[in-house]
Parts: sequence; C-alpha cells; structure tokens
Amino acid sequence: MADLKTTLLGVPLNSPVLGASGTAGYGPEYEPFVDYTKVGGICGKGLTLHGQFGNEGARLYETPSGLINSIGLQNPGVAHFIDVELPKMLALKQKYGTAVIANLGGHSEEEYVEGARLLNGSAVDIVELNISCPNVKAGGMAYGVKAKDAGAVTAMVRKVCQKPLMVKLSPQAESIPDMCKAVEAAGADAVSLVNTFQSCAIDVYRRRPVFENVFAGLSGPAIRPIALRMVWQAVGAVRIPVVGLGGIATGRDALEFIMAGAAAVQVGAANFADPRAMQTVAEGLCALLDELGFASVEEARGCARG
Amino acid sequence: MNVPNCKWEQAPVLGCERLAPDIVRLTVEGPAAPAAASRPGQFYMLRAWKEGEGPYLSRPISLHDADIANGRRRFLFQVKGAGTQKLAALRAGEALTLTGPLGNGFDVPAILHTAGAGPVAVVGGGIGTAPLLYLCRALAENGRRPDFFAGFRDVPYGLDAFAPFVGGTALATDSGAAGHHGLVTDLLAPERYGAVLACGPDPMLRAVAAKCKAAGTPCLVSLEKHMACGLGACLGCTVHTAGGPRTVCKDGPVFLAREVF
Ligand SMILES: Cc1cc2nc3c(=O)[nH]c(=O)nc-3n(C[C@H](O)[C@H](O)[C@H](O)COP(=O)(O)OP(=O)(O)OC[C@H]3O[C@@H](n4cnc5c(N)ncnc54)[C@H](O)[C@@H]3O)c2cc1C
Ligand SMILES: Cc1cc2nc3c(=O)[nH]c(=O)nc-3n(C[C@H](O)[C@H](O)[C@H](O)COP(=O)(O)O)c2cc1C
Ligand code: FES
Repeated sequence: MADLKTTLLGVPLNSPVLGASGTAGYGPEYEPFVDYTKVGGICGKGLTLHGQFGNEGARLYETPSGLINSIGLQNPGVAHFIDVELPKMLALKQKYGTAVIANLGGHSEEEYVEGARLLNGSAVDIVELNISCPNVKAGGMAYGVKAKDAGAVTAMVRKVCQKPLMVKLSPQAESIPDMCKAVEAAGADAVSLVNTFQSCAIDVYRRRPVFENVFAGLSGPAIRPIALRMVWQAVGAVRIPVVGLGGIATGRDALEFIMAGAAAVQVGAANFADPRAMQTVAEGLCALLDELGFASVEEARGCARG
Repeated sequence: MNVPNCKWEQAPVLGCERLAPDIVRLTVEGPAAPAAASRPGQFYMLRAWKEGEGPYLSRPISLHDADIANGRRRFLFQVKGAGTQKLAALRAGEALTLTGPLGNGFDVPAILHTAGAGPVAVVGGGIGTAPLLYLCRALAENGRRPDFFAGFRDVPYGLDAFAPFVGGTALATDSGAAGHHGLVTDLLAPERYGAVLACGPDPMLRAVAAKCKAAGTPCLVSLEKHMACGLGACLGCTVHTAGGPRTVCKDGPVFLAREVF
C-alpha cells in the first residue's frame, strides 16, 4: 500500500486530499459518509471579518459536467467561527487527524488583516487567503486579477499572520506565473489554485441572467484541464508548495495534479455529486500509486515534469 | 438537525409505476431496521446514474411513504427534466443511490403537543402532496387522523393512498376537473384547527400561512430550494428566517410559517 501520509507547511496530513473551501462545510457534514482518517484536512467555508448573508436570488445552476455557484461568501464571521465552528473542526481533528484550514476572505485590506489577526489566537493549522473577493476600493475588481494587488494584500496579511499562509488564487488572474511570483515574494508560504471560473447563465424563459450578479463561479469536471494547466504553470513559477484543485473527482484526477507537482489537492464540487468523494479520491489515489509502482506520494510528485 | 442514521447507500428498486403521464411512484428496498426509520417530511438525494454521468447533481426527493415492517420506502415524483426522467426509467432489480434521510422533517409528537386538543389540517398542492402521505400515516398512528386538503392543477393523483389515514379529504382543482373549482386555500378554515401543516408551491404556502396567521393557528410549511449537497455544506439553499439565515436542506425543509414568510 502506497504511503499517502504527507506534510503541508509543517502540518502532518493523513493524505494529500483536502476538502475544498465552501464545499465541505466545516467537516462534520460529511462525517456519516467519509472515513476521515484518509483525508488530509478540511478548508472551512470562506470567512469575512463580520459575517454576511451572501447573495440573494439563485445561488446554484447546473451545467454539463459542472456547477455554477453564487453563494456570495455566506458566513458567520471570524469571531463566531472561532467560538462555534472551529471547535467542531478541532473535534474532527482530534478524532481523525484532519488538519484545520481557515479560508479567509475580505472586502478591504483592513478586513483581511483584522481577520488574520483574530485567527492568530485560534488553533487553526493553516490560513488560506481567498483573494478572489471583490476589492471594494478598486471599484469591485477582484484582488485576484492583478499580481500587484494580490502581492499588496498578501504582504499586509503576512505582516500580522503568525500561521502558515496559503494564498488561494483565482483563474481570472491576468498571468498565473506573475501572480504566483508576486504572492511568493510577498511572503506566502504556499499557493492553492484554482478558485472558480467566472461564468454566466441566462434563463431564457425569464429572459434574464440566472444570477443577480450576472456572473458567477464555475467549478467541477468542466474546469479540470484548465485548472491543471494553471497548476503546472504555478509549480514552474515558484519554490513554495502548490496545492491543486479544480474538478478533481477521482484518484486519477488527483494523481494528474500531483504528477504536475502539486503538494496536495483539494476536492470541491465533487463532494456534492457524491458525498464520499474525499475518501474515493484518497483511496483511488492509493490504488493507482500501487498499480504504477510508487511507494509514496512524494515519489510521484512532479514526475510528469521530467 | 440531520438524524444520525443518515447514510449513503445503494438499494434495489422494487417497482416503478406511472400514476399519471408525468407522475411516478418508485418503491425501494429499506430501511432494513426500525432504527433507520425516517421522519415524515425528510428527503433523500437520489441518483440513478453514475458519478461521472449527467446530470451532475443528485436530485432531492421527499420520502412519500415508508413501510418499516416490510422494509420498503416510496418516492412520488413529477417528471420534469433529465434527472427525474432517469429516475422514472428505473426498473425493478436495478440499483438506486440514496443519501439520507436528510433535513429536519415534521416532528409529529411536537406538532401534537402544539395542537393540543385541536384537530390537525394537512394541506398539499400538486406534487407537494408527496411527503404528506407519510405525515398523515404518522399522525394517524399517533391517534390523530388529520383533515387533508389537496389542490391540483387538473386531474388529481395519489389520493386513494391517503384515505386510511385521514379524517376527510377536501379537494380543489384549478381546472374544475374534480372537487372545488378554485384554490385549495378557499376550502381551509384554519380557526378550526390546532395546527396546519403544508407543502406545495410557494404561492400556496404563502396563502396558507397568511390565513393561519389571521386565525392565530400555528402553521408549519415545507419549503423547496435548488440543492447541491443536501447536507448543509454548500449554502446554496439558504433562506432568510426570523432567526437569521437557515439552510432548507439541513435546518429545514420544515419551518414555522411565521419564521419564513
Ligand atoms: C427537499 C425537497 C424535496 C423534494 N421532493 C420532491 C418530491 O417528493 N417529488 C417531486 O416530484 N419533486 C420533489 N422535489 C423537487 C425535485 O427535486 C425537482 O423537481 C427535481 O430536482 C427536478 O430535476 P430534473 O432533473 O428532473 O429537472 P431539471 O430539468 O433539472 O429542472 C426542472 C425543474 O426542477 C427544478 N430543480 C432542478 N434541480 C433542482 C434541485 N436540485 N432542487 C430543487 N429543484 C430543482 C428546476 O427549478 C426546474 O424548474 C423536491 C425538492 C426539494 C428541495
Ligand atoms: C458552492 C461553492 C462554494 C464555494 N465557496 C468558496 C469559499 O468560500 N472560499 C473559497 O476560497 N472557495 C470557494 N469555492 C471554490 C472551491 O473551493 C474550489 O476552488 C472550486 O470550486 C474549484 O474546485 P472544484 O472544481 O473541485 O469544485 C466554492 C465552490 C463552490 C462550488
Ligand atoms: S443544498 Fe447544500 S446547503 Fe442546502
């Protein structure tokens, strides 16, 4: 049996398979379906400092091989997370060894910084900085588009953040290599990519966009090959670990990302299609490593790069 | 709260019948033991196709009836699009993938406590009658056969099954094909009841809730929203309630009408 155990930023992981933010709840939601001893960790739902309801109107729309969502970062706020949801994640960690990753968003640099400061005092293992949120000051443009903006917000958070800091990149970035280099230079310990792809759907009967924000984020198998290309580029651009995600639903999908050089992978929308997905991916990965004669994840990592 | 017996399983289909051109009743094996029984108003995420096949998401369908002694569950659904078409094509012996039971469901003992000595009314609109059969059965088993109010657009379906569990049935159709020619809410006099329980299209639920509010009668409604996970993980099915944001799949689908309307 290939060894799935690995570490990410000094945090030991049961396997390189993590639950992606916004798709795995805080973990307990999938406890009836998943053997968490095979899962490396859970990235919690994206937090904002004060919490928010999220978007009105339609939030979900199915596409061939994918899902468009417009949740709008519904969350209870960082303080509430630390008091109420984090203990549930820690209980899961106690039971199964799943690492606790807090996903932090924000609408301004001050909000990101204050959120990171609050998380310093908590028991989270890693902070995943979600820079796909709209930057209100820059006229609603996302922090994740221009390398310069992403570098600036990463640097500000880095200054206060005492946790390992993983910056989650948007596929809307103008250049993935430039973006990766900018956040690495700003002090990121790792990058994860990709977040959802901006997309659109129109309700022909209502003659209106499905979503109130018109555009919303596409995830699922439909995006996997593009996500894999971006992960490949990221691995080539930086020395820090790269965590890959986008449409991963099987062990084979995960191994593609790992062979491209990913340190770990995350399972997102696949959790909806099959609540056992995190376990399925981990077990499939193990079986495939065995079949291909790899003794560990480490052996396979980056091997496709020659 | 999801009850702890919630699980992912594959169960053999025992039968799949058409009750009307677009209405299908699916009978599935299980639950094997009483401990795995579900509450009325709970639902399952159903899938009759493989993970990699479309549609991408599983489909939420309410438990229509459960016969625990004989180990079978029933679903009643309307064929709408690709998902329900695939479910309708199932044949006896084939496997159905189920995740559930999910959601809070109707808490029958609590409802009876609220209703006190008053009778209970159950109101359904169209395919919204699907979860109400198991609800009426549970009420009857608890010694309180409810009055059943059913509204349909045109020809009604599935009503025979309710007869053993309800005191009386009041029927309304939009077309006048059967019963009162008009809305089911025309027939309901909430002041006569200790509690009113409703499932159906949103406008019907709002009308029922408004009548109950005016009469001061406690009213529970079962809501429907598009769902991805059914587990409270994606936050795709959130609604505003008096107590803040709640998910229809996990905190609901059954809510106090005054909290959501
Ligand atoms: C808790 C709950 C219980 C339900 N119970 C029943 C039931 O017992 N019997 C029954 O006939 N129907 C029930 N529904 C509705 C049923 O889930 C949808 O009709 C079904 O998902 C349509 O799928 P489709 O692929 O056939 O149609 P599609 O072509 O996907 O869509 C057809 C219609 O169904 C709606 N719909 C599509 N996907 C979903 C979804 N994921 N969730 C909710 N609505 C959706 C769309 O708005 C559209 O109007 C329930 C829904 C919920 C949320
Ligand atoms: C319903 C939903 C909610 C999401 N919420 C968040 C979030 O709060 N923060 C975040 O960084 N990413 C969020 N994402 C993005 C996912 O974590 C992931 O990056 C993306 O879906 C691509 O992976 P996938 O194709 O495996 O789903 C969300 C995705 C979905 C489908
Ligand atoms: S369907 Fe995912 S939270 Fe309700």
